[in-house]
Amino acid sequence: MNSIFSGTRLRDMIRSIRACKTAAEERGVVRKECADIRASINENDPHDRHRNLAKLMFIHMLGYPTHFGQMECLKLIASPGFPEKRIGYLGLMLLLDERQEVLMLVTNSLKQDLNHTNQYVVGLALCALGNICSAEMARDLAPEVERLIQFRDPNIRKKAALCSTRIVRKVPDLAENFINAASSLLKEKHHGVLITGVQLCYELCTINDEALEYFRKKCTEGLIKTLRDITNSAYQPEYDVAGITDPFLHIRLLKLLRVLGHGDADASDLMTDILAQVATKTESNKNAGNAVLYECVETIMAIEDTSSLRVLAINILGRFLSNRDNNIRYVALNMLMKAIAFDDQAVQRHRVTILECVKDPDASIRKRALELVSLLVNENNVKQLTKELIDYLEISDEDFKEDLSAKICSIVEKFSPEKIWYIDQMLKVLSEAGKLVKDDVWHALIVVISNASELHGYTVRALYKAVLTYSEQETLVRVAIWCIGEYGDLLVNNVGMLGIEDPITVTESDAVDVVEDAITRHNSDMTTKAMALVALLKLSSRFPSISERIKDIIVKQKGSLLLEMQQRAIEFNSIVDRHKNIRSSLVERMPVLDEATFNVRRAGSLPASVSTMAKPSVSIPNGVAAAPLVDLLDLGSDDIMAAPSSSGADFLQDLLGVDLGSSSAQSGASPGPKAGADLLMDILSIGTPSPAQNNTSSVDLLSTAGINNNPSNALDTLSSPAPPHIATSASAGGMFDLLDGLSPSPSKEATNGPAYPPIVAYESSTLKIEFTFSKPSGNPQETNVQATFINLSPDTFTDFIFQAAVPKFLQLHLDPASSNTLPASGNITQNLRVTNSQHGKKSLVMRMRIGYKLNGKDVLEEGQINNFPRGL
Amino acid sequence: KIERSERERGRKMGIRFILMVNKQGQTRLAQYYEWLTLEERRALEGEIVRKCLARNDQQQCSFVEHRNYKIVYRRYASLFFMVGVDDDENELAILEFIHLLVETMDKHFGNVCELDIMFHLEKAHFMLEEMVMNGCIVETSKANILSPIQLMDKAH
Repeated sequence: MNSIFSGTRLRDMIRSIRACKTAAEERGVVRKECADIRASINENDPHDRHRNLAKLMFIHMLGYPTHFGQMECLKLIASPGFPEKRIGYLGLMLLLDERQEVLMLVTNSLKQDLNHTNQYVVGLALCALGNICSAEMARDLAPEVERLIQFRDPNIRKKAALCSTRIVRKVPDLAENFINAASSLLKEKHHGVLITGVQLCYELCTINDEALEYFRKKCTEGLIKTLRDITNSAYQPEYDVAGITDPFLHIRLLKLLRVLGHGDADASDLMTDILAQVATKTESNKNAGNAVLYECVETIMAIEDTSSLRVLAINILGRFLSNRDNNIRYVALNMLMKAIAFDDQAVQRHRVTILECVKDPDASIRKRALELVSLLVNENNVKQLTKELIDYLEISDEDFKEDLSAKICSIVEKFSPEKIWYIDQMLKVLSEAGKLVKDDVWHALIVVISNASELHGYTVRALYKAVLTYSEQETLVRVAIWCIGEYGDLLVNNVGMLGIEDPITVTESDAVDVVEDAITRHNSDMTTKAMALVALLKLSSRFPSISERIKDIIVKQKGSLLLEMQQRAIEFNSIVDRHKNIRSSLVERMPVLDEATFNVRRAGSLPASVSTMAKPSVSIPNGVAAAPLVDLLDLGSDDIMAAPSSSGADFLQDLLGVDLGSSSAQSGASPGPKAGADLLMDILSIGTPSPAQNNTSSVDLLSTAGINNNPSNALDTLSSPAPPHIATSASAGGMFDLLDGLSPSPSKEATNGPAYPPIVAYESSTLKIEFTFSKPSGNPQETNVQATFINLSPDTFTDFIFQAAVPKFLQLHLDPASSNTLPASGNITQNLRVTNSQHGKKSLVMRMRIGYKLNGKDVLEEGQINNFPRGL
Repeated sequence: KIERSERERGRKMGIRFILMVNKQGQTRLAQYYEWLTLEERRALEGEIVRKCLARNDQQQCSFVEHRNYKIVYRRYASLFFMVGVDDDENELAILEFIHLLVETMDKHFGNVCELDIMFHLEKAHFMLEEMVMNGCIVETSKANILSPIQLMDKAH
C-alpha cells in the first residue's frame, strides 16, 4: 500500500480516531472517513479497495454502519490476488451475515476458490463458508467440502471438518453424507484434524440418530484409545499446557464420549476405566488440569450409572468447592446443580459450604450458590435454610437483596409447613427488602393472612411492630395498613393473643398514626396512599371515639394532587360525615379471599382482565386501593363471568356475607348485570345496606339493560336505593370512572370467553395506533390483532406503510392494510396474526416502524409496544 | 427424554463472540459467530464491558452471567479479553483458550499491546480465523496457527 492515493492512510485514520476526546468528535471523524470511502468506491479504483475495506472493518468494530462496503468485499474476493481475496473474505465474515441477499452472489466465487490450486485460497474459502454459510449455500457447496475433508494437507482437512459442522447444522439432511468422512478423521494424529473431527462427530451425533448409533458401535473404542494416548503421552512442547497435553483435545474427546455413553450401558462400560484414570491422575493444581477434571466429572454424571465413578466425581466437586480459587468454586457450584439430579444426599452434605458461598463477595458466585441452595431446600431443612438466608438478607449488599429476597419468598411459599411460620418469614423479608419484592408476593401474603382467621390478631400486632421500625419498606407498609384497616380492633384490644406473644399496648390513636404516616409520607406511592385512605375509612367505623381525627386526615386528601385520591377523599368524607347509619356495614371486614382462585390466577393461566382494565391514558389502574384487592379476588376471571347465574349470586353472597341469593332469584336477575353489580360492590368494598334495597337495585339494573354501554346510567340506578344524599355527583363520577374501565370486559367475556382490552399501541402528535385483540378458538397461541391507524394531523398521509418485528419466540403475519392513504382525522385498519410459541410464559412484544409521506415529505416513526395485555 | 436434552445441548454454538476491550471500555476487536444487528452489538458490548470492568477485585472469579450468555474474561495489562459462550460451555477451558490466544499474539507481535491490535486489526483477525471457526476451536498449536500468517507476511 502506498499513500499517494487520495484520502488518508489506514494508520492515519486510526490515529485520528484515537486522538478524539469525545464521542461526538469520533463521530465526526468517522463520518468524514465514510464519505471519503463512498467517494472512493464510486471511483472504482481497484487499488483503493484493500485499504477501504480495512478502514471499514475498523469503523464497523467501532459500531458504525458499513453496509455500503458490502459489494467491495465481493469484488475483492473475485480478484485474483491472494492479499485481496484474504481481506475480502475477512470483510465478508465481519460485515455480512447469512441473511443478506448479497451473500448469495458470493456462492460462485466460493465454489471457484474451493477448487483453487492454491491451498491457502481454499483455506480462506472454507473458513468463510464455515462461518457464515446459509442453508442454500450449504446445499450448493457440500460436495466440495466433503471432498476437501480428504485433502492431502491437514490444515485444509481440519477446516473442511469444521465447515461441515456448519453445513450439517444448516441442512441436517446432509448429515449422512459426512458420517464416513468424519469417522476417518478420528484416526488422524494431527491434533487440529483430530479436534475438528471429534467436533464434527459430536455435531452429527446430535442431529442424526443413525450417526449416533454408528459412532457408538464403530468409534467408541478408538476414541477411548485416543484419549488414553494423549493422557499418557510424553511431553509435547507444542501442545503442553501446565503438564497436560492439549487440554482442548482432552475436553472435546470427553464431550463426545459423553454423548456416546449417555443412554447406552455398553458404551458407558467401555469408557469407565479411562474416565477413572483421567479423574484420578489429572493434576489439579493448574487451571488446565482442572478444566479437564471438570469436563470429566460432567461426562461421568451424564453416562449410564457407574456408581463408583460417581463417588469419584462428587469427591472432585467437593474438592473444587473448598478450593481457594473463585473460578474453581464457581464451576463446582455449577456442576453440583447437575449432580443433585442423581445424588441429592451427596450434595446435601456440602450444604454448609454452599451456604457460605451465598455470602461470598463475588456476585457470580453468590448467584450460582443461591440457585443451588434453592434446589437443596426440602420439607426437612426449609426452616434452617430460610433462617440462614434471612439472616444474611439483613447484611447483604443492596444490589443482591432483590434476587435473594425473591428466592427466599419462593422457598417459603413452596415449602412452608404452617401458616404462622410463613407469615413470620414474610414479615422478616418485607422488613428487610420490602422495597424490592414483587407485587404478587405481597398480594399472596394478604391472601394467606385473610385465610388464617386465628392469626389475624397476631399478624396485625406483628405488622404494627415491624412497620414502626421499617417504615421505609413500601410493601411492608401496604400489608400493615391493609391489616390495620381490616383488623384494627384486634390490634388495640389484644384479641387472639398467642402464647408466644408479649402483650403490647396500642391505642387507637397509635394505630391511626401509622396509617397517617403512610398517607402523608412524601415518597409513598399512589397504591400505598390509596390503601391508606381505605384503611382510614374502615378505622373511622372501628374506632368511633377518634373518628373526628380520622375524618380530618381524610379531608386533607381532598387537596391531593392525585385526582384519584381527591375523588376518594371526597366520597369517603361524605360517607363518614353523613351516613353514619350505613357506615359500619359499608366497611365490614373483607370476606376471606379465595386462595385457590388467586393461585390459579397468579400462575397466569387465567387472563387478568380486571388488572388490565385501564387503558394507558386512564389514571385508575391499580392506583385505587381497592383495585389490587379486586385482583386478589379475581372477580374478572372468566370462570365467574361465564358461570351460570347461581355462582354469580353465590359470589356476591360470599362477598357481602349477606343472603342475597333469594332476593336476586326473586328479581330474576340474569348473570350479566349481576356480575357488573358484583364488581361494583367489590371495588368500593361496600356491603349493601339491606337485602330489600338490593332487591330494588337489581331490578333497576335489569331495567337498564345497557349496563355495559351506559355505565353511568346503571350507576345512578344503583345508587338511588341508598339514602338519597349519598348519590353526590362526585361519588357517582368516581364510580363511573371505575366502571368505565371495567364495563367492556364483562360484556365480551360473556360471549367470547377470555377477552383482552384494546390498547393504544402508539401515539405521537400526528398518529395514533390502537390494537384490538381476539383469539381464534382452539389455538391459545394465536392472537388476531386488528390495528387501527388514526391520523391526528390536519393533512393526509400517503404511502402509509406499517412494519413490525417480533422476537424469535413469536411469529408474525401481516395482512395488507385497508388502504395506504390516511385522510386527515381518518383511519385505516390492518390485521396482524401473532403466534406466541411461549404462550403462558412470555408476553407479546413488538417493535414497529411506520413510514408515510406528509406534504410530500417522508416521515418515519418507530416505537416498541410493551403494553400488550398479559396472557396473549 | 433425558437423552434428548443431553443431545440438544450439542446444538449450541460454543463460542459466540470474542471481544477485546481496553480499560476505558473501548472495543479494540470484536468477532461475532452469530449475527447481531449493529444496535444489538453496541448495546451488548456496553452492558458487558460495564459489568466486567466493575469487577476489578482480583479475588473475583472470571465469569459473569449476562442475558443468556456466560462471559469468560481475563485482563492482560490494559486489555480485557472477553469471550461470550453458551451456558454449559467449559468455563475453565475458555479461560485457557484466552491464554492461548494471548500467547499466540505475543509470539507474533512480541509482547502484544493494545496498539498492536488496533493498528494490525486484520492480522489479529487472521490469527483468530486460524484458531476459531464457527465458534469451535480449530487449532491449538501456536506454530500451526502462525505459520500461514508468517508465510503471507513474507510473500507480501
